[in-house]
Amino acid sequence: MARIERSEVERIADLARLELSRDEVERMTSELEAILTYVESLRALDTDDVEPTYHAIPMATPLRDDQAGAVLAPERVLANAPDRDGFAFVVPKVLDEDEA
Amino acid sequence: MSPAPAAHPDYEVVIGLEVHVHLATESKLFSPAPVRYGDAPNHDVHPVDLGLPGVLPVLNARAVDLGIRAALATHCKVHPRSIFARKNYFYPDLPKGYQISQYEEPLATGGWLEIEVDGRAIRVGVTRIHLEEDAGKSIHEDAIAGREGSHVDLNRAGVPLLEIVSEPDLRSPEEAGAYLRALRQTLRYAGVSDADLEKGQFRCDANVSLRRHGASALGTRTELKNLNSFRFVEDALRAEIRRQAAVLDAGDSVQQATMHYDSERGTTRVMRTKENADDYRYFPDPDLIPLALDPAAVEAARRALPELPDARRARFAREYGLPAYDTSLLTESRALADFFEAAVRSMPARSGEPGATAKRVANWMLRDVLAQLKEGDREIDATRLAPEALAKLVALVEEGRVTAASARPLVAELMERGGDPEALVRERGLEAVSDASEIERAADEAIAAHPDVAAQVRAGEAKGLNFLMGQVMKRTGGKADPKRVREILARRVAAR
Amino acid sequence: MPFETVLELRDALDGGRASAAELAGRALARAAETADLGAFVRLRPEDALREAAESDARRARGERLSALDGVPIAIKDNLIQEGEPCGCASRILEGFVAPYQGTQVARLRAAGAVIVGRTNMDEFAMGSSTENSARGPTRNPWDRERVPGGSSGGSAAAVAAGIVPAALGSDTGGSIRLPASLSGVVGLKPTYGRVSRYGLVAFASSLDQVGPLARTAADCALVLEAIAGHDPADSTSLRDPVPHYTEALSGSVEGLRIGLPREFFEERGADPAVLACVREAVAELERAGARAVEISLPHTRHAVATYYLIATAEASSNLARYDGVRYGRRAAASSLGEMYRRTRSEGFGPEVKRRILLGTYVLSAGYYDAYYRKAMKVRTLLRRDFEAAWDRCDAIVSPTSPEVAFRLGEKSKDPLRMYLSDIYTVSANLAGLPAVSVPCGFARALPVGLQLIGRALDEETLLRAADAYQRRTAWHAARPEAVR
Repeated sequence: MARIERSEVERIADLARLELSRDEVERMTSELEAILTYVESLRALDTDDVEPTYHAIPMATPLRDDQAGAVLAPERVLANAPDRDGFAFVVPKVLDEDEA
Repeated sequence: MSPAPAAHPDYEVVIGLEVHVHLATESKLFSPAPVRYGDAPNHDVHPVDLGLPGVLPVLNARAVDLGIRAALATHCKVHPRSIFARKNYFYPDLPKGYQISQYEEPLATGGWLEIEVDGRAIRVGVTRIHLEEDAGKSIHEDAIAGREGSHVDLNRAGVPLLEIVSEPDLRSPEEAGAYLRALRQTLRYAGVSDADLEKGQFRCDANVSLRRHGASALGTRTELKNLNSFRFVEDALRAEIRRQAAVLDAGDSVQQATMHYDSERGTTRVMRTKENADDYRYFPDPDLIPLALDPAAVEAARRALPELPDARRARFAREYGLPAYDTSLLTESRALADFFEAAVRSMPARSGEPGATAKRVANWMLRDVLAQLKEGDREIDATRLAPEALAKLVALVEEGRVTAASARPLVAELMERGGDPEALVRERGLEAVSDASEIERAADEAIAAHPDVAAQVRAGEAKGLNFLMGQVMKRTGGKADPKRVREILARRVAAR
Repeated sequence: MPFETVLELRDALDGGRASAAELAGRALARAAETADLGAFVRLRPEDALREAAESDARRARGERLSALDGVPIAIKDNLIQEGEPCGCASRILEGFVAPYQGTQVARLRAAGAVIVGRTNMDEFAMGSSTENSARGPTRNPWDRERVPGGSSGGSAAAVAAGIVPAALGSDTGGSIRLPASLSGVVGLKPTYGRVSRYGLVAFASSLDQVGPLARTAADCALVLEAIAGHDPADSTSLRDPVPHYTEALSGSVEGLRIGLPREFFEERGADPAVLACVREAVAELERAGARAVEISLPHTRHAVATYYLIATAEASSNLARYDGVRYGRRAAASSLGEMYRRTRSEGFGPEVKRRILLGTYVLSAGYYDAYYRKAMKVRTLLRRDFEAAWDRCDAIVSPTSPEVAFRLGEKSKDPLRMYLSDIYTVSANLAGLPAVSVPCGFARALPVGLQLIGRALDEETLLRAADAYQRRTAWHAARPEAVR
C-alpha cells in the first residue's frame, strides 16, 4: 500500500502551482495513494536489462534549414493577452526573487 | 613551471564558469522566427515561441553545426547521440513553463581550453557543452509608462544558446578573466557566435569556493549570476572571495547561495539561498527525436574548422617572425588577422626581406589601424579600408613617394571613405618633396632662421639637427622625405 | 440526410441531388434539434455556410474535387482552427482564439471539407466518459442517461446522432476508440506519427494521435487519406508516403490471421455480454475466410499502470503553459505567485488537477527512476510482446471496452475505476500501433465495439478487415431510437 504524506502532496501542488484546499489535499492524498498502489505492480517486473522506450516508432532526427521565416504579427501575439502594455505582456510583480 | 601566485594567502580559490552564448544563426533553435536585437517587444515571435496550445519544436540544423564546431574547437568529445530534455519551472519569460535543454546526454563533454596568465600556460577543462533555448525578457520595473507589474518580451524566447561549463580548474579571478577572453575569442574565430557582450550574446555565471591550501575536498560554493563584462566577473569574484574568506576566518561556514554583486560598493550579498531550489523534473522531451550525429560528418566539421587563435598566433610568429606582443594584437579577431595577412600578401615583392615587409605592415596596423578602430569603437570589417589599400599606402611610403607623416592621417580617411591611396595622395597634393633644390632652399631658410642651433649642430649636438629637420618639414608642408632632408641639412650646416 | 455516410453524401453532391449548402444547413439544423445531447461546444453557422457556398462554386466551375469537398465535418475542441476559439472543454482557455492554423484543419480545408463546429470532450482529453467537461457532459444518443465514452465523446455522439457523417477526435489512451465503441460508430487511431500533431493541443506527447470517427471504415479511410502524411512542423511526424487507403478496401479477409490475446479474453475482465458479441464478430470474420489464432501479450496486464505514469508525467509538463500570462483565463491576484496558483486552480477541473499532481510526482526528484523511467522500460516490454505476436497474426482483436455505456455519474467518483475503462485500448498507444473500433453488436440495447490492432503503418489491413466486416453485418446501420 503506497503512502504519501500530506506534506508531500502540498510540495507537489506547489511545484505545479496548484492551490489546494484542506479537503482537496485530503482527497488528493488518498486518490494518489490508491493510484500509486495500483502502479506498484510495475515494481515486480524485472527491467534491469531493458532500455526505456521514449519514442515508440524509431525515426531519424528531423532538422530544419536555418532560414528566418514568418513571425506572428505582433498584434496577434498580444491579441489573447489578459493584460498588456503596448506590445509587452504585463504580469503582476514577483514579490521576492524566489517566489514566482 | 612555477606555481601560480595564490589569489588569497590563506585559502585556495576554486572557480568554475558557466557561459551561455548566442549561436550565430538566422533563426531560433526550434522555430523559424528571426534572431534579432533591438526590435520592439514581441515583434520576433512565432507561435512556437509563444507556447501556444498545439505548437511543436523543430530543431535548427545550423545550431547543431555551430554547437559541433564549438565542441571541436574546445577539444571536446562530440557524442553521436544526445537528448533534448525539458527543464520544468514557472517564470513569465518561459512561455511553455519549461525550457528545452539537454541534461543527461549533452552534445559534447570532456574538452579543454588553454589560457595564458602572466606568461604561464594553464589548461582549463571544459566539462560539457550543450544546446538549449533562451528565455524571453522580464523587466521588473515599477512604473514603465505608469503601469505596475513586470513587462514580458518574448523576442529572445527560443534564441539558440550553447551552455559551456568549465571544470573548477580556475584558481584566481585573473585566470577566470583569461579563460573568458580566450573562450570568447575561440568562439568568434570558429564562427560560432559574435559573442557581443553588449547584446547579451555572451553571459557568464561563476561558481566560487575556498578551501585550505592542500585540502582535497571542495568548499561550499556560491554562485554569481549574469555578469555582463569581464571586468565585472573579475571584480565580483574578488569581492566574493573577500566575503567568503571573512566568513571562514570568523570560524563560520559558507552557505550555498546565489549572490548579487553590487558594483558600486564592490561587495556581494545573498540574493537567494538554495534551500528552496526548484525540482526541475528533467525528462527527455517527447516532442523531439534524439539527436543522432554521423561520425563522418563530425570528422568533416573538424577538418573544416578555421585556424584557431592559438595556432594562428604561433604561425604568425613562425612565418612572419613577429614577436608575441604583435601576434597577440593582430590575432585579436579573425577578421583582423585575415586583414593583416591579406595586406602582407598585397605588398610588392622585395627580394630577401619577407619578414621585414610583414613587420612594416604590422607596425602600421598596430600603430595606426588599431588606434583608429579603438577610437571609432568598431571592428575592421565595419570600415571601408581594404587590405590592398593599406599595403599600397605602406608601399608608397617605403618608395619615398609620400612621407610617413603625410600618409598616416590617410588611414582614417581610407577607413571612412575607402578608395585608392595613390589617388588620395594625388588629390591632396601630398606627394613627397624630393626635389633637392626645394629641400636645399628650405634647409637654408631654417639654418638662417636659427643660427645658434646650426652652431650647436656643428659643435656635435645631434638633437639640434632634429629641431632643424622639424623646421624644414614645416616649410615643406611635411612632404619632404625625411632621409633626404637629414642628408641635405647636414651638408648645408656643415657647409656654413 | 441524417445517418448518411461521407460516400453517400459525396455521391449526392456529385449527382447534383444535394448542394454543400443544403448539407451544411441540415447538419446545423440537426445539431440544434439534438442540442440536449451536448455533442457540440460551438457551432459556426455563418462560416460553415460560407465554406459550403465556396464548395458549391468549385463544383459549378467543374474543378476537380476531393471526396470530402462540401461534406460537413465536426472537429474536437482540442484541435486548433485559426480564428476560432479553442477551449479543450476547459475554463482555463476561456476567451482564447487561435491565431494560427493547425495542420489537421488545414488539410481538411484543403480537401474542401466544411467544418460545422467543435465537439465536446473531457477537459484536455483527460477522461473516458466526456463527463469532465467544463461545458457539461455529452449524452449518449443511444441512451441519454448514459455516457458516450471519452474523451472524444462529442465527436462520437455527433456521428452517432447523424448530425455529421464524420468527425475528428484525438486518442491518447483510447479516446477515439472508446467513445466510438460506446456510441456505435467506427473510430480509428492511426500509427503514432501518421497524422501531424501540430495543432493538436498536447496531452501526452508520445501517445497522442488525431484520427477519424465515422459510421463506416470506408469513410474513415477517406478522412485519414486527407489528414495523414508528413508535416515538417511536427518532429515526430513520419515521412512514409500515405497509401490510398480507400483502394485497400477489397472486401476480403481471406487468409487474414487474427490474434486473440488470452489476456484480453479472460472472463472476469469484461461484461460477458460484451465478450459474447466480440466472439461472435470473430466467428463472422472466420466465416469470411480469416483464421483466429490464440496469442499472448503477457505484459498488457501492466498497460494501464504504465500508461497512467507516462501520460500524466508528460501532461504535467504540457499543461504548465496554462499560466494566465499570455492567453486564456487569468485570475485576479496581487503577486505573480498568487496569479499562477489562482489561475490554475480556478481554471483546471479536478481530473486535470489530479493528473497534473500525479505526473509532477512521477517526475520529481527521488521518484523519477522508480516511476517514470520504470514505466518507459515496461513500455519496451509491451512493444516486444506485440513484435512477437506479429509472427503469428496480422491483426489483434479484443473488445474495445470492458463494458457498454455506463450511467452518467456512475464512475466519476472513483478515478481508478474510470482509468480501468482503458484496459484494452492503452497498449496500442504505448506501442505506437494503429487500432480501430468497429460496431459489432448490442448488449442490453447498447453498442458494443470490436477493436482491431495492427502493425505499425498497417492501417490498410485494419480498414480492410473492418470494412469487410461491415459489408457482412448491419450494426453500423442501426440508428439510435432516442434521436430518430
